[in-house]
Amino acid sequence: MEYLILFLPLVGSIISGFFGKKIGNRNSQILTSTLVGISAILSFIVLYQVISLNYSNNLVIATWINSGTLNVNWSIKIDALSAVMFVVVNFVSALVHIYSIGYMSHDPHKTRFMAYLSLFTFAMLTLVSSDNFIQLFFGWEGVGLCSYFLIGFWFKKESANKAAIKAFVVNRVGDFGLALGVFLIFYVFGTVNYDEVFAQIPNILDKTINFIGINIEIVDLVCLLLLIGAMGKSAQFLLHTWLPDAMEGPTPVSALIHAATMVTAGVFLIVRCSPIYEYSELALTVITIIGMTTAFFAATVALVQSDIKKIIAYSTCSQLGYMFFAAGVGAYNVAMFHLFTHAFFKALLFLGAGAVIHSFHEEQDINKMGGVIKKLPYTYVLMLIGTLALTGFPFLSGFYSKDAIIEFAYLRGNGIGILAAFVGIVTALLTSIYSWRLIFKTFHGNFNNKEHSVDKIHESPLVMIAPLVILAIGAIFAGMAFKGLFIGHEIAYEFWGKSIKFLEPLSTDHPPTWFLFLTPILVTAAIPFSYYLYLKNTNIVNGLKEMNEPIYQFLVKKWYFDEMYDYLFVNPSKKIGKFLWKKVDGSIIDKFGPDGISSVIKNLSIKAVKFQSGFIYQYAFVMLIGFSVLLTILILN
Amino acid sequence: MNFPILSSLILLPSIGALFILFTKSSSGKYQSSKYVALFISLANFLLSLYLWYVFDKNSVDFQFVENKEWLSGFINYKVGIDGISILFIILTTFITPICIISVNSTITIRLKDFLIAILIMETFMIGVFCSLDLVVFYLFFEAGLIPMFLIIGIWGGERRVYSAFKFFLYTLLGSVLMLVAIIAIYWITGTTDVEKLYELGIQAKYQNLLWLAFFSSFAVKTPMWPVHTWLPDAHVEAPTVGSVLLAAILLKMAGYGFIRFSLGLFPIASENFTILVYILSLIAIIYTSLVALMQEDMKKLIAYSSVAHMGFVTLGIFTMTQQGIEGSIFQMISHGLVSAALFLSVGVVYERHHTRLINKYGGLVSIMPRYAIVFMVFTLGALGLPGTTGFIGEFLILMGAFEKNILVAMIASLGVILGAAYMLWLFKRVVFGEINNQELKSMKDLKTFEIITLSALVIPILFFGFYPEPLMNSIEASVENTLNMYNFDIINNLASKD
Repeated sequence: MEYLILFLPLVGSIISGFFGKKIGNRNSQILTSTLVGISAILSFIVLYQVISLNYSNNLVIATWINSGTLNVNWSIKIDALSAVMFVVVNFVSALVHIYSIGYMSHDPHKTRFMAYLSLFTFAMLTLVSSDNFIQLFFGWEGVGLCSYFLIGFWFKKESANKAAIKAFVVNRVGDFGLALGVFLIFYVFGTVNYDEVFAQIPNILDKTINFIGINIEIVDLVCLLLLIGAMGKSAQFLLHTWLPDAMEGPTPVSALIHAATMVTAGVFLIVRCSPIYEYSELALTVITIIGMTTAFFAATVALVQSDIKKIIAYSTCSQLGYMFFAAGVGAYNVAMFHLFTHAFFKALLFLGAGAVIHSFHEEQDINKMGGVIKKLPYTYVLMLIGTLALTGFPFLSGFYSKDAIIEFAYLRGNGIGILAAFVGIVTALLTSIYSWRLIFKTFHGNFNNKEHSVDKIHESPLVMIAPLVILAIGAIFAGMAFKGLFIGHEIAYEFWGKSIKFLEPLSTDHPPTWFLFLTPILVTAAIPFSYYLYLKNTNIVNGLKEMNEPIYQFLVKKWYFDEMYDYLFVNPSKKIGKFLWKKVDGSIIDKFGPDGISSVIKNLSIKAVKFQSGFIYQYAFVMLIGFSVLLTILILN
Repeated sequence: MNFPILSSLILLPSIGALFILFTKSSSGKYQSSKYVALFISLANFLLSLYLWYVFDKNSVDFQFVENKEWLSGFINYKVGIDGISILFIILTTFITPICIISVNSTITIRLKDFLIAILIMETFMIGVFCSLDLVVFYLFFEAGLIPMFLIIGIWGGERRVYSAFKFFLYTLLGSVLMLVAIIAIYWITGTTDVEKLYELGIQAKYQNLLWLAFFSSFAVKTPMWPVHTWLPDAHVEAPTVGSVLLAAILLKMAGYGFIRFSLGLFPIASENFTILVYILSLIAIIYTSLVALMQEDMKKLIAYSSVAHMGFVTLGIFTMTQQGIEGSIFQMISHGLVSAALFLSVGVVYERHHTRLINKYGGLVSIMPRYAIVFMVFTLGALGLPGTTGFIGEFLILMGAFEKNILVAMIASLGVILGAAYMLWLFKRVVFGEINNQELKSMKDLKTFEIITLSALVIPILFFGFYPEPLMNSIEASVENTLNMYNFDIINNLASKD
């Protein structure tokens, strides 16, 4: 069964990719969706087995790399963690496959698109099912590649191509850290197998290593290097710049890859390596800081963006920040819980946004929307559910996971935990404001689109709405239903078993009552507040903009990260490259090397030629001088 | 040993070349010569596969050794193979038929001579990878220059003479020193037999100078920074097939030489000069990657990327770790396949549109979808994506380097980021985007023979990326043996000092 889960998407991808033209668009779409659908159903069965029977397994498919003491296998590891990831990946992927049938109905390259989606699913599954760091790395780069293909899917668009390359290269910066982490693990432990590495961790706790001149504890260094990888994939602060640009890809891609699955790989990695991270206080603190910075930063940027997809992208970035600092305060299961609920409501929001974009004939600017509640009733209700779940409105799924994160951060009991909790609360408020801004500007108020008349706006077809309904059910109930299993006091430890390590059980205390009520009250109060700000009295917002122009620009330009990186890395690389090529290779090496030598020889031979002038007196003169020099030397000796 | 299988491998292509030389072809009908050449090279490929099949992978000794007296006992013609050489032999016999199939309309003059040059070249290359005598090695090593020099000089582009001479000047300069060193070795030890030299060992006091002499030759051929500038010029001017041979096989002679001779004969000097090799390798990786980023000519870009990839190879060899050396050998095989494939891919569009300038292309995916797919696979192989051969080589090399020096491994890893940048940017500018150049619209997708040659390269790149065991198996025992000998010498030397 595990083999089927893993390989069915690959089979679909190959058939659709290579024989798509033979079997036709419709058949490719049905085939890939069915295969991933089956894979999703099987994933639920595996998860059920893990829950009820404590099932776990480690299947070896084949040998991969075998060099000296390095042995790497292709493997499928089943435990609570990978079972949860299987369900998230396959479930969202299956729905996105179905949705794409409708969304891509006008696109000429349907089979290629389905092939990429299925290939991505396969790569993501190899990532989460690995029992060692190198297969993880395979999946890691594999999903990066599929993301590259899908972002650049509309290959004629210059911006899409640029975004695709940017995503791949920025991710490679993260992979650089991950690879170094893997090298270090192999160097220290002599193996790259998770279980073997984790078993040895307690033996090396106090050992240090000299890393580019700094003495650092091995555990800390391993954790920090892996963290760089995780930051790249999960678009955390400093390595986040690719994610908003990645919105150039078709919207189903954003829902699948850049919301529900691939970007959570970083969180998955940290949770998978909890047996290492538990021993590194330093790394956990760094994760917490990065997580809360990302959460806050992305939320501020989301406040002022006008592209509907970019708002949701920054929102994803921000929610990933929550997951990071949840892991950073040691609440790995809570991070996984948020990952799980987030997959539902964020996929819902993205696919809903896709439906809106589809209805508005590829318009993405929320300033050119509005006043279409009656035209798009289903989409509106579904987006509303997604927004409520995202903002943590009481009793929807985001409420349970996000509040749990803030609670556990508070209960961590150290300064950084409390700080993270408060940043979490502020960010929750910002989240609520920007999310409602999106809803109000998109659906309420006046119809602001000048290119299309309001009559031409139409609801999306059933094949697009149906997956949204399923996701909406998840967005409402997933939190309530799975709360006990993921973060309940006793059940959770039993469920996660060996897949997550807690040095000490998480605190079972309760924060003060006022603290518990703070977040829900704030996010609820934000609804009328945003309503007033963005619909009733837009002058206030405009006034604020004008008064604080520099701050506003700072936010619109996303804290100037792209400009800074261009200035610091991209342009200098190009300049240095050109300099080395033209000046060093051309003017120095060649000039003093081959060209120089040959011209010296040439000059010498020209002089030698001149020497043989044919005039007797010249020869006689030279002979005379030579003779006298020789004579002088002889006499002097 | 009854049947001289290695000598047959070496001589068969030359016999084919002679046959082509002496068959008269009615004017303009060179097609038959091409079939003869193809037949011969395929037979040689099958022979080498048979050799691989009967080869004992667990033995550390040289196998199929042939030893014949030559030059009145002064020098012996001695050949033999171990697990490392056999892979390079197969690479050679595999690439040669692909080259012969790819000889086509771009070679308009003297097709017969061209085929002869390729076959003679094959003889020399196989000779290099199985000689067990320094003089025999030297002869094959240097003789390989001549056909290449002719291929660039006769069938090259506009600046072919400049490039051919630059190529010749550089490589000759290094090899003269190697010849002197070989003569010196004979004076010191009284033999040039590699196996005997392994046993005898060379006194520590001579090693540094001898190592440097061999190094100067290998560094040029690798090519290492700063003696790399001949490579981009040679590639740009060489015809497609010439570039393929140059990148896929010729560059591998030096890497092979480092393992067989520098490590094997001069272990103490190798240890002394490790830092020098690290520094030059790192410069090669970073420097040429940055230069590759700015190239406007497709072939130059790939040529510079070759220098970077070979930088990884030299780095890996001198880590003196099992992973590093196995990774280097794997990287060489991988680069042999990937760079050959990339040059053929450039040849495909060059033949149709007669320019290699990147900005003259764009949007090819709309008109040549099949081409776009195979080119993508090769691009991914070049940037070392897991699942292609490129990944395994690079990853093992970096793993080995990390054990020896963390900083070196870090800097080299930066090259991996740059690799992704320049390869993807190349691919984007050539294949993606709108078709701006209307002339491109008349271009046709891959022809049958191109599909054959390119897919013949796609298959091993992916297959060995997912399942490298057959190759790793073959080199494991020999690499282990090389390392054991090396470490034995180093420890002995340290002991004698105390």
